[in-house]
Amino acid sequence: MTDLDCQEFVEQVTAFLEGGLDPAEEQRFVDHLALCDGCDRYLDQVRQTVHALRELPKEALSPENRQALLNIFRARH
Amino acid sequence: MEGIPPDEVLVARLRSGEESAFALLLDSWSGGMLRLARSFVSTEESAAEVVQETWLAVIEGIDRFEGRSSLKTWIYRILTNQAKRRGVREHKVVPVSSIQTGSSAEGSLDDTGPTVDPARFRPAGDPYPGHWWEFPASWPTPEQGLLGGEARILLSQALVELPERQRAVIVLRDVEGYSSDEVCDLLEISQGNQRVLLHRARAFLRGKLEEYYKEAKP
Repeated sequence: MTDLDCQEFVEQVTAFLEGGLDPAEEQRFVDHLALCDGCDRYLDQVRQTVHALRELPKEALSPENRQALLNIFRARH
Repeated sequence: MEGIPPDEVLVARLRSGEESAFALLLDSWSGGMLRLARSFVSTEESAAEVVQETWLAVIEGIDRFEGRSSLKTWIYRILTNQAKRRGVREHKVVPVSSIQTGSSAEGSLDDTGPTVDPARFRPAGDPYPGHWWEFPASWPTPEQGLLGGEARILLSQALVELPERQRAVIVLRDVEGYSSDEVCDLLEISQGNQRVLLHRARAFLRGKLEEYYKEAKP
């Protein structure tokens, strides 16, 4: 199998993070990662993006909507 | 999810009118439902109404829940059906971004093609074909405030720009923390499809952050 280039690498990032590469593909991916600072940085930035998404403030029902639903629930029983 | 009893217990409590069980569900699931609904409709207000309608349908329909799927899946199906119907009514159109017409912006909004601008890589015939012309610029480390308020706002806005399917997947996976199995089940898509949508959405958002940090740099 030929070496992975950077352009291929960036398209395999999610498959790698999801554990979806087969052993040979994963080896190629990791081999490239070890040698390429640009791709190392790219992968890290994808990880940071995922991390940032997880830190987005959680949304919630407005107190009025929440109360209205609880009232309706109560009235049904 | 933490603190939520198994479906049989939960459903029995809901049917017997135990308000604390209903409140627990409202507080645990509404946030994810709001974000997911927002994938299909035009405004936050509309998303809130869809979630409200969904919970009303749950109150009305809980006696008819047969347990053929998990309770959460059942509720999310009601939600996506309501949200899609309303989205059609609102003629929601995904904003056409300059990215689709091939500007210099990173990322791609449709479901095929490269997720990183091919112009960033050396062409065939170069001694290093397919390699970066220039490495992606480094980002500030978290201590320097990777996720300042501004970057948060930027990410929230960028989420809204994503096509509905990509948005639904990344919201559930990365914002709400659902597993890939759960997301496939909720959205009725295959693992492969889910991964493609997630990949494209993540690449698009990374590109947005990259642009942001490039501009923010002195």
